[in-house]
Amino acid sequence: MSEQSGQQQPTQQPTRRPGELTARELGRFVWRQLTSMRTALVLLLLLALAAVPGSVIPQESVDSFGARQWKDQHESLTPIYEALGLFDVYGSVWFAAVYVLLMVSLVGCILPRTKHYWTAARAVPPAAPRHLTRLPDHAAYDVGASPEQVLEVARAELRRRRYRLRPAPTEGAAVEREAGTVAAERGYLREAGNLLFHLSVIVVLVGFAMGGLLGYKGGVIVVQGAGFANNLTQYDDFVPGSFFSADELEPFSFDVDSFDVEWLEEGPGQGMARAFEAGLTYRTAPGEPEQTYDLRVNHPLRIGDSEVFLVGHGYAPIVTVRGGDGEVAYSGPTVFLPQDASFFSFGVVKALAAEPEAIGLEGFFYPFFASIDGDPFNVMGRDGNPVLSTNVYVGDLGLEDGESQSVYILDKEDATQLENDEGRPLRLDLAVGDTARLPDGLGSVTFEGVEPWVRVQVSQTPGKQIALGGVVLALIGLCGSLFIRPRRVWLRVVPADEGEGSRVELAALDRSGGGDTAAVVDDLRLAIVEALDHPQEDTP
Amino acid sequence: MSQTAWEALSNQAVAAAGVVYFLALLSHLAEWALLRSVPVAGQRGQATAREAVTVGAGAPPAPEPEVDDRTTERVETAGRLGFLLTCLAAAVHLVALVARGMAAEPHRVPWGNMYEFTLSGTFVVAALYLLLRRRFGLAWMAPIVVAVVLSLLMVAVIWLYQPVGPLREALNSYWLVIHVVSAIIATGAFTLGGIASALFLLKERAERKGRTGGYLGRVPSPAALDRVSYRMHAFGFPVWTFAVLITGPIWAHEAWASYWSWDPKEVWAFITWVVYAAYLHARATAGWKGRNAALLALLGMATLWFNFIGINYFSTSSMHSYADAPAVSPLHPGS
Repeated sequence: MSEQSGQQQPTQQPTRRPGELTARELGRFVWRQLTSMRTALVLLLLLALAAVPGSVIPQESVDSFGARQWKDQHESLTPIYEALGLFDVYGSVWFAAVYVLLMVSLVGCILPRTKHYWTAARAVPPAAPRHLTRLPDHAAYDVGASPEQVLEVARAELRRRRYRLRPAPTEGAAVEREAGTVAAERGYLREAGNLLFHLSVIVVLVGFAMGGLLGYKGGVIVVQGAGFANNLTQYDDFVPGSFFSADELEPFSFDVDSFDVEWLEEGPGQGMARAFEAGLTYRTAPGEPEQTYDLRVNHPLRIGDSEVFLVGHGYAPIVTVRGGDGEVAYSGPTVFLPQDASFFSFGVVKALAAEPEAIGLEGFFYPFFASIDGDPFNVMGRDGNPVLSTNVYVGDLGLEDGESQSVYILDKEDATQLENDEGRPLRLDLAVGDTARLPDGLGSVTFEGVEPWVRVQVSQTPGKQIALGGVVLALIGLCGSLFIRPRRVWLRVVPADEGEGSRVELAALDRSGGGDTAAVVDDLRLAIVEALDHPQEDTP
Repeated sequence: MSQTAWEALSNQAVAAAGVVYFLALLSHLAEWALLRSVPVAGQRGQATAREAVTVGAGAPPAPEPEVDDRTTERVETAGRLGFLLTCLAAAVHLVALVARGMAAEPHRVPWGNMYEFTLSGTFVVAALYLLLRRRFGLAWMAPIVVAVVLSLLMVAVIWLYQPVGPLREALNSYWLVIHVVSAIIATGAFTLGGIASALFLLKERAERKGRTGGYLGRVPSPAALDRVSYRMHAFGFPVWTFAVLITGPIWAHEAWASYWSWDPKEVWAFITWVVYAAYLHARATAGWKGRNAALLALLGMATLWFNFIGINYFSTSSMHSYADAPAVSPLHPGS
């Protein structure tokens, strides 16, 4: 240190008021606070609290339909909720802030602890305290054997219980001080388990983040008999991770050859569907041989890194629409979306090529139609009596503006709704095979039949093995940190006051604070007495 | 036996178990009521409290010699009767569970819906209590455990009852056994631990206020209660981790195409996990030991049972709602 700086110090010192910190000290203070046990605890509770809103408010990513519905119902709250990110809690900044702080706190905690453990794990047990009988759990008793015998037996017993023993000092004052004592410790792995657990939490987070950033999931509805090729244009909805690129899509393709459902016709689960099974024919890449797979719930198909899941099913009525000139303007299965568990479904048919005017149908599909006092009613999901019931719109169906449209919504704004003779909206109720003529020579609608469709989810979840491995390691670490008991045991043996026996003092300490050290002392006391009474020749 | 006969047997067995639990509760209440006339033995010392835990049979500790033998005898008889009735009730409870599984065609594990899960969960609470009673000296817990089991059974029968039905498709997996069994066991252990923590708080308060009589005078010392609570939680937490963070995601990945989808049930299982992690953490943190840790344990139990029963009333979109949603949900492709 130079003279100059030494002289400057007194002049600088008074400018600092008490309690004032330099940036460095402030940083250290904040770091200390952040990495303290108490802060970690508060952050844990904050994390639990922060997760709550996402379970009560419908989330965009979990239930987008519910979220949209909620927003429609709460117009004044929606902007506030949106600003707070309450429709995407688990992707919001404040949720991220909590777990990032928790991770920082965790790293800040385990780094110094690892360093400390590195030395502590190899340390020898500390020497016996002077007054063993002052420890909360201790025993003092006399035995007939000589101190040397007792010490030998005690060491053997402790070693058998996998305690680490303090080696006897060979020189200095310690030789005398530690004569006649045994110091032992076990449970060194407890802290290792603890560290492993905390480290694994980070591994899990990395694996979880990989899935979110690099993976993707996409959903598509495929009608029986139709196919799917894995490229972006084929998906109905697609959620890519932030770093996903389209060329990660593996070039597989599949056809849905069949779809079978078993409907329960009677009993308590009546109307329930089960044993869904979609027969697929797939190729892992163009030109590869065809393979078949029965896709079922709980049995996804794995192709390379991608997985194909069966996540839904429904009906697609086959409708043929002819224009006034008798030309077929539209024909084919049209996906209707189930509205409830009975597969009562809603959908639209758009026959834009119809002449003289484009024809749009909007209405309901009843898989098993029944009429109760004139009211339409759907009995169950099995297609026992399929009926298509739609309203008819003609004219401008909104496709001229060139805006992209959902195939599930009919733009009726500029269209004309057809009416029947009584001036009420025209409703076509068609059973399979029925044809209805539209008024004014606009054309006809034929309900040809029904095809089932399946909804399939295709996803890649990189990092899932990492996340799983992380949790398994965390569990192993957790069990270590909960069930390995760090214990210290000390023994002091002195010659008895009279006669040739010895006086034994025995004490144990549980460093985790949760152990039952009284039992340890008892057990060891009995074991030593037992071993002294029945010396085994073969033990070294 | 036909399916309906098995189902009827199960329902009757549940009713019978309820009645026997109630009788057990009455005997335990009688036991503790009779003890009111017996002065509490000097139970403040650490040694006595520990004895109550390690020695086993534990509380209520033997009354002091000057109390007349007749009362002592009646107390013991009532306690023993309560214990035997609880054993009997748990056995009938088990019959109800087995019959429930036999009633389904094909036979299956009896935890396919909320009613059955509650039936199984309460059985595990009762069985764990009976098994650990000697080891941890849980005799003092008897009236509370029996009351909790009885109340939950009533909730199950009155609000959650569903006739035996086949499993939903998504549940039709061997993970149903692994995932749900571990969740049930953890729930049982956490519930027992929560009871111990609640008693810890009450006992601690009573000691602070200098009240040493009554029921609280006879439960083990706060330190012993804290230890019982910790042991239960330390057992339950890894099992819960296994249930909700290992087997749950694996199964969710198979059935729902995503191992973690922030489904409300998943969110609350995670919240429960975090709260119990905080409890274990708090026990090692200065200033949070004891009282605050016990409060966290109670908070954990609240989230646990809220997740099980309550969340279904707040969120209808949960894929875990096995009440009336279709197994493969109708989906709403983005428009």
